[in-house]
Amino acid sequence: MSFDRIEEKLSILADAAKYDVSCASSGGKRKNHSKGLGNNTGMGICHSYTEDGRCVSLLKILLTNHCIFDCAYCVTRKSNDIKRAAFKIQEVVDLTINFYRRNYIEGLFLSSGIFKSADYTMERLVAVAKKLRLEENFNGYIHLKSIPGASDELMREAGLYADRLSVNIEIPTISGLQLLAPDKKHEDFIKPMEKVKNEIIQYKAEKKIIKSTPRYAPAGQSTQMIIGATGESDRDIMYSATYYYKKYLMRRVYYSGYIPVLEDNRLPAIGTEVPMLRENRLYQTDWLLRFYGFSVSELLNESHKNLELDIDPKLSWALRNLNLFPIDINTADKRALARVPGIGMTSVNKILQARKFRNLDWTHLKAIGIALNRAQYFITCNSKDFYKKELSAVMLKSKILKNTNSKYNKFFNQQLSLFT
Amino acid sequence: MHPQTVLLYDGSFDGFLSCVFLAYEQKLKHPIIRKQSQTHHELFTITECVITEEQKARRVWKGFRKKANATERRDFFKAFLSEIKGVENTLFRYMQNTFSKINNPNIDFSNSDILKISQVARMVQREKHRMEAFVRFELLKNNVYVATISPDFNVLPLLTDHFKDRYADQKWLIFDTSRKYGIFYDLISVEIITFENFSNIDSKIIKKNYENEEINFQKLWHTYYKNVNIVSRKNTKLHLQHLPKRYWKYLTEKTIH
Repeated sequence: MSFDRIEEKLSILADAAKYDVSCASSGGKRKNHSKGLGNNTGMGICHSYTEDGRCVSLLKILLTNHCIFDCAYCVTRKSNDIKRAAFKIQEVVDLTINFYRRNYIEGLFLSSGIFKSADYTMERLVAVAKKLRLEENFNGYIHLKSIPGASDELMREAGLYADRLSVNIEIPTISGLQLLAPDKKHEDFIKPMEKVKNEIIQYKAEKKIIKSTPRYAPAGQSTQMIIGATGESDRDIMYSATYYYKKYLMRRVYYSGYIPVLEDNRLPAIGTEVPMLRENRLYQTDWLLRFYGFSVSELLNESHKNLELDIDPKLSWALRNLNLFPIDINTADKRALARVPGIGMTSVNKILQARKFRNLDWTHLKAIGIALNRAQYFITCNSKDFYKKELSAVMLKSKILKNTNSKYNKFFNQQLSLFT
Repeated sequence: MHPQTVLLYDGSFDGFLSCVFLAYEQKLKHPIIRKQSQTHHELFTITECVITEEQKARRVWKGFRKKANATERRDFFKAFLSEIKGVENTLFRYMQNTFSKINNPNIDFSNSDILKISQVARMVQREKHRMEAFVRFELLKNNVYVATISPDFNVLPLLTDHFKDRYADQKWLIFDTSRKYGIFYDLISVEIITFENFSNIDSKIIKKNYENEEINFQKLWHTYYKNVNIVSRKNTKLHLQHLPKRYWKYLTEKTIH
C-alpha cells in the first residue's frame, strides 16, 4: 500500500463526500459472530467532531468523484474543473478495517460519483460491502448510497450486506430538480427507494415465519434534501419529508443547508451564508413530527408557510393555540405534556413517574430539568403561584424572548429588527 | 448530642456494601460513609474501620435486587463509580428508601436523593460513552492495540463488555493513568492489570514500540479528519461543546501534526 498516494486520494474523496450529512451509526443490530471484528448492537457512537461541530462516526468517502452527470448543486459535477480520483475496492476495505481497529470509526459510508452507468457504479459499491462482510467478517456499520437508476437485483444484493441504504432526493420539489439537474429523472430516485422499501417489508414478513431469512438493510433507508437552493418554503420541505417518511418508510430525512460551492446563476451566489438556523428549525420540526405526536399541518400550513426563526416551532405552535393552555402538570395526559414548550420527552417521562408519588410543584419541576423560562406560561402545578395574566401571543412572545438567552441571538440584533 | 458514627471502607464496592450491612446491623440511621483514604479526625465523632466481607456485601446486594429493578441497580452502581465526595451517603439514603418502599414500578423523581442518583448515574454514563468514542488504539510491535485514558470517573468496569464484543479478534489494552490500572484482552477474556513499573505505559515508550505502519494510519486519519470539515460552517462553540478540550489529549486527529 503506497501511503502517499492513498493519502492524496483520501483527501480528494473525503472532501467530496462531506456534503452528505447522514452520520447515523445505530440500528444495525449486527452482533459480532465467531470472533470476528466489530459489533453494532448498541447506540451509535460519534468518535469525533469536526470544527463545524458535526459528528464523525463513519468513514465517509466517495469511491470516485468521476461523474457523468452535471447537477448544478454538486461539487463533483462533470463540468467542474477539479482533481479527480478513484479508490480501488481493496483500498477502501483496508482503510475501513484499519480505522475501525483503532476505534476511529463505527463503519463505512460509501457513496460515489456515477461513472459509466448506474449499475456499473452500484456493482462496485456492493462489492466493497460484500468483501467487508464475507472476507473480513466485519460486523461494523455499513451505509451504501443507492445510485439513482440502479437495477432491482443490485439493490437486493446491496441490502444483504449494508445496514442502511440511502438516495438523496436533494431538491425537495420536482420543478427544482428539473431546473438544477436536467439529466436526472425523478423516477430514477424513486426506483431504488421503492425497491428497498418493498424488500424491507418482505423481510419483516418472512422473518416471522422463517427465522433464518437473510437480513435486509436493518437500519432502513434515509434521504437528504438541500435547503435554500431553489427558494422553496419550509412548508414545501416538510410536506415532502412527511411524504417520504410515510410512503417509503424512511428512517430519517436529513436537511442540509445549501453551501454555495460553484458559481451558477440558477443558485445562490458564492459567499451567501449557509442557512444553519433555518436548518436547525427544520430538524426541530422533524423531531416534533416523529416523537412528539404533532402532525405536519399543525406546524406548517397555508396561513403559516414558513417557520419562525426567532423561536422554536413548538413555542410558535403554542402561541398560535393559547386557548389550549394552561394545562395542569399533575393531571394532563402524556400527549398534552409533550406539547408544552420547554418540556422534552425525557422530562415528560420523569413527570409521569414522579406524579404517582405526590403532586408536583415548581421546585420538583425545576429539579427534573424542564425549561421554566418557556414552560411557566403554559402550565399550572401544585402551587397557587402561577402565571395568571391574559397576554396576547405577541406580548407573550416578546416576554419570553426577553428572558431567553438564545445561542442564535447574534442573528437577531438591532439591525435585523428593521425587517420585522 | 449523640456523636455521629463515621464508617471507613477500603474504596471497593463490596467494602461500601459491607458498611451498609454494618449500619443496618447496628441500627445506625445516619452514618457517614467514607473511603479510608479520605479520612481526617474530627471531634464528636466515632470512627470505625469496616472490614470488607464479600459474604455480607452479597447479602445486601441480594436484598437490594429484590426491591430495585435493573435500571435502578445499574444507576446505583454507576453513581458509586462517580467517586464524588459524599456520594456514599446519598447512596445509603437511596438504599434505605428502596428497602422501605412498597413495590411500585415507577421511580419517584420528586425525591431529591433518587433524582440526584439518577443524575449522577447519567454523568457517569456520559463519561463511559465518551470513552467508548474517544479511546484511540495504537498498534504496537507485539501486536497489542494500546490506549491510555484518564476519565473523570472510574468507568473502566463499565467499558469491558463493549470493547470485548467489538474487538474480539485483536489483543487490546486500555489503561487508566489516573487510577493506575487497566483492562487487557488476550483473545480469550478480559483481565484487570496493573504495572509495577508505571513508566511501561508512558507515551514515549509506546511511541518507540509502534508497529511499522502505525504512524501511517494515524496520518491518514488526520488527513481524513481535516478534509471532512466544512470551513463555511465553522462553529467553534458547538465543536467545543461536543469535544471539550480535556479530551483532546486522547485524540489522534487532534494531537498529530
